[in-house]
Amino acid sequence: MITSSITKKLKGIIGNDNVFDSPESRLAYSYDSSPINTQIPDLVVRPTTPEQISQIVQLANDEIFSIVPRGSGTGLSGGTLPSENSIILLTNHWNKIIEIDKENLCVWVEPGVITANLQADVEKYGFIYPPDPGSASISTLGGNVAENAGGLRGLKYGVTKNYVLGLEVVLPTGEILHTGGKSVKDVAGYNLKDILIGSEGTLGIFTKILLKIIPKPATSKTFLAFFSSMEDAARTVSAIITAKVTPSMIELLDNTTIRCVEDYTHIGLPVETAAILLIEIDGKKALVDDDAILVHEICRKHNATAIKVAQDEIESIKLKTARRSAFASLARATPTTLTEDVAVPRSEIAKLVSRISEIGKKNNIRIGTFGHAGVGNLHPNYMTDKRDKAAFARAEKSIIEVEEAAIELGGTITGEHGVGLYKKRLLEKMVGSPSMIMMRKLKQMMDPNNIMNPGKIFDLRPKCEGPLPTEREQIKKFEEVAWI
Amino acid sequence: MALKESLQQHLDDIYNKCLQCGLCLPICPTYNLDLREESSPRGRIQLIHSVQNNELTLSEIFVNEMYFCLDCRACETACPAGVRFGELIEESRNMISDKGLEPFILKFLKKIFLRWILTSTKRTKTAARILRAYQRCGLKEAVIESGLLRLFSDKLHEKHRLLPTIQDKFFDEEFSEIIRPAGDVRGRVAFLSGCIMNVAFTDIHRDAVYVLIANGFEVVIPRGQVCCGSLHAHNGEIDSAKYLAQKNIEVFEKYQFDALVVDSAGCSAFMKEYTRIFAGDEKYAERAKIFSQKVKEITEFFSEVGLTIPLTSFNKKVTYHEACHLVHTQKISRQPRELIQSIPGIELIELPEATWCCGSAGIYNVVRYDDSMKILDRKIKNLESTGADIVVTANPGCHLQLQYGIKKHGLNMQVMHPISLFRTVYHEKS
Ligand SMILES: Cc1cc2nc3c(=O)[nH]c(=O)nc-3n(C[C@H](O)[C@H](O)[C@H](O)COP(=O)(O)OP(=O)(O)OC[C@H]3O[C@@H](n4cnc5c(N)ncnc54)[C@H](O)[C@@H]3O)c2cc1C
Ligand code: SF4
Ligand code: SF4
Repeated sequence: MITSSITKKLKGIIGNDNVFDSPESRLAYSYDSSPINTQIPDLVVRPTTPEQISQIVQLANDEIFSIVPRGSGTGLSGGTLPSENSIILLTNHWNKIIEIDKENLCVWVEPGVITANLQADVEKYGFIYPPDPGSASISTLGGNVAENAGGLRGLKYGVTKNYVLGLEVVLPTGEILHTGGKSVKDVAGYNLKDILIGSEGTLGIFTKILLKIIPKPATSKTFLAFFSSMEDAARTVSAIITAKVTPSMIELLDNTTIRCVEDYTHIGLPVETAAILLIEIDGKKALVDDDAILVHEICRKHNATAIKVAQDEIESIKLKTARRSAFASLARATPTTLTEDVAVPRSEIAKLVSRISEIGKKNNIRIGTFGHAGVGNLHPNYMTDKRDKAAFARAEKSIIEVEEAAIELGGTITGEHGVGLYKKRLLEKMVGSPSMIMMRKLKQMMDPNNIMNPGKIFDLRPKCEGPLPTEREQIKKFEEVAWI
Repeated sequence: MALKESLQQHLDDIYNKCLQCGLCLPICPTYNLDLREESSPRGRIQLIHSVQNNELTLSEIFVNEMYFCLDCRACETACPAGVRFGELIEESRNMISDKGLEPFILKFLKKIFLRWILTSTKRTKTAARILRAYQRCGLKEAVIESGLLRLFSDKLHEKHRLLPTIQDKFFDEEFSEIIRPAGDVRGRVAFLSGCIMNVAFTDIHRDAVYVLIANGFEVVIPRGQVCCGSLHAHNGEIDSAKYLAQKNIEVFEKYQFDALVVDSAGCSAFMKEYTRIFAGDEKYAERAKIFSQKVKEITEFFSEVGLTIPLTSFNKKVTYHEACHLVHTQKISRQPRELIQSIPGIELIELPEATWCCGSAGIYNVVRYDDSMKILDRKIKNLESTGADIVVTANPGCHLQLQYGIKKHGLNMQVMHPISLFRTVYHEKS
């Protein structure tokens, strides 16, 4: 429990105005974009300097309470949900772009900068910051680094971790650590930065981030290819990669998604089509033109029934709308949509797709699948109603089966959304025992009192857990047990 | 009771649609003032749900959050799942109103202004006459000059300057009930004279009638019509709103017309919602539906039927501010832009964050002056960046608010209704 004396001390560190303790505030920080609920946090705090965070962390170690870092709360795996005896620590108001270094092609940002705001800012100078999660208009860069977020352009440009050059982090023991920097090459010691990226707030709080930016590609070409079978579409993806072309994106939409998108946007998609690939190629004009011809041929060879090429920027945006509105269109079609995030080696995409549809049929649940086919990362969306207990249970069962299928195909349970609370039940099966032991030891060493976002990614000791609560009323208390 | 249960079910359905995705946060003006989740659409949805489920009480903080919201509906535009936030916020305000817990100034305004004055055209005009006398006799200037109101509070002094200027002649007294165009008749439209528009924006109404008849439309201005009720509905006065809506339905039913043309975005938005507020009502459901289907916002109307393009060119830089009740509630955004651009010589400069609320929001700028001014400052900064001569907007609330902000910040910019822009250009031709 956060006692009144702790509250008083916190107010002493960051001022009364930055401690929110009303039931209303606490309720408003009890959820994120994942479909699970845990409990109401005891307090919400909004520090303004790394030193303040350091003091709060020290207090947490002295008084033993947990700290849950939070950006914009758009995580899909429950990373920022409160645990027992915890306070939410906000970094979303820390939103200044500190420096744009055009000579060294990098930017220093505060952790609360919104992804899209950074993108818009650097674009003014002819640069791009490529990682573009679907939530870019609201997700924070701190949250992106903590989840190692991906996006549509991952195929050619990689994900967040490929752009993090340096970090300032308040560690779970209160020290302020600096790692990385503007030198492109740096092999001095262990690569601590890469352990912190994707740590989901369990190993420290980012207070400053150094990110790489790259010159904006001169031109781009976008097209949609339509297929009458999913296998053809999947084989096309492999063929493009084998032909040594690297489009900036190859995105897939299945028939259910196509129908829902058309219902919602009326942009004229043929609803009988089994699959659509959205392909974008960018770079120097001559190269883009050559690659476009090649990709065109490959699509034809793999029985594309039609190909639609965008003639200009406006049309390109229109074609991309089909993909960008996929999530919204599925969400509108049913009361509850659960989004999954499995990834497999690219060569296994066709198999994964057919496994997903088998599982859907077997469990009698409608699944709309779309995603980053070019990198083997798909988002099956389970269309259900959380008030219908039986249907919801079938959806949950399907999720586990799809995750198991991905593991069997040599893939992973999460390509970009993170483990958080939502995926931890299958983590051990996925990574194996030695990795689990290593992760637990690392956590114990860096956070001996287990105060930093405890219970996320894994528990310190393996334990059995039932299905996660989806309603606030069902809240169960976590028990945190020290590692053997 | 059955109605109450079905309402509860309806609100539950809206709540369940929310994915908690947060895509509504970056466009919410109140969230962006302080970046607090409880002041965001997603946060408010959770708060309202918790109050309805008795997990939270109707606390002061809750009431404050519900009235901090501008009811601008930008969140509805941004929402991928189609959550109808406006219905939730209005229902929660009804709940607050039932318990008599709204802010003091609002309670006062509701009693005097909404419930008493605006529910009758006669009383509206009487009040307007008194205000006009005050504005004309030099007392207003004297009060402003002397800073008399500052003795009470600086804010009262400022709010007093937000009042509209009452016109010499009221619209429904200036025009006869039926106005016929000079040449061939293309069609017949009914016209809403409204409450505030009727006494303070007669010039816009006059321009609208002029442009309608210039384009061959016969205009009927039914006598006996009343205020549309939108201010009432947005502020938890649903009974008064329904009373006014019923009256309007009854009055307009007596006339034959192709469309009911409305030149105030807030009014057209709400009149299109009559269908929803009377859903399930034995006597009015069907009639409300017929009524709402006929309602056309004036730029929407002209974009459908077409209008004479002026030949003379009008060489001005113009920018367009989208009224919330046009763009977010009625999804009308392309039409006014196309109309503006059809005028030869005009340079339309896109206003950054054009769909961001200006902070007027009905009576919000009076009830929550400080917040309203912070939101207005952002709008003025954006307006300034365009360097336009004229800012066009189609709602009286925005019109006054922008005028006030432009004056306060010393900008050299004129505020105009799109239809007045047309009238001006037509006029230059003749
Ligand atoms: C509509 C929608 C589309 C999405 N699309 C994508 C997509 O395409 N690709 C993708 O990868 N993800 C996607 N996501 C998931 C999500 O947006 C990302 O995980 C994002 O990075 C989360 O950012 P946030 O600021 O909301 O973080 P939060 O949800 O607030 O936090 C996420 C995690 O980061 C930690 N954290 C936050 N700030 C800090 C900090 N300063 N220091 C340390 N830890 C911190 C938290 O403790 C938590 O564990 C999507 C989500 C939605 C709702
Ligand atoms: S109506 Fe406007 S102010 Fe209210 S929550 Fe929605 S976006 Fe925010
Ligand atoms: S955008 Fe819609 S679904 Fe997403 S959080 Fe806001 S209201 Fe809910």
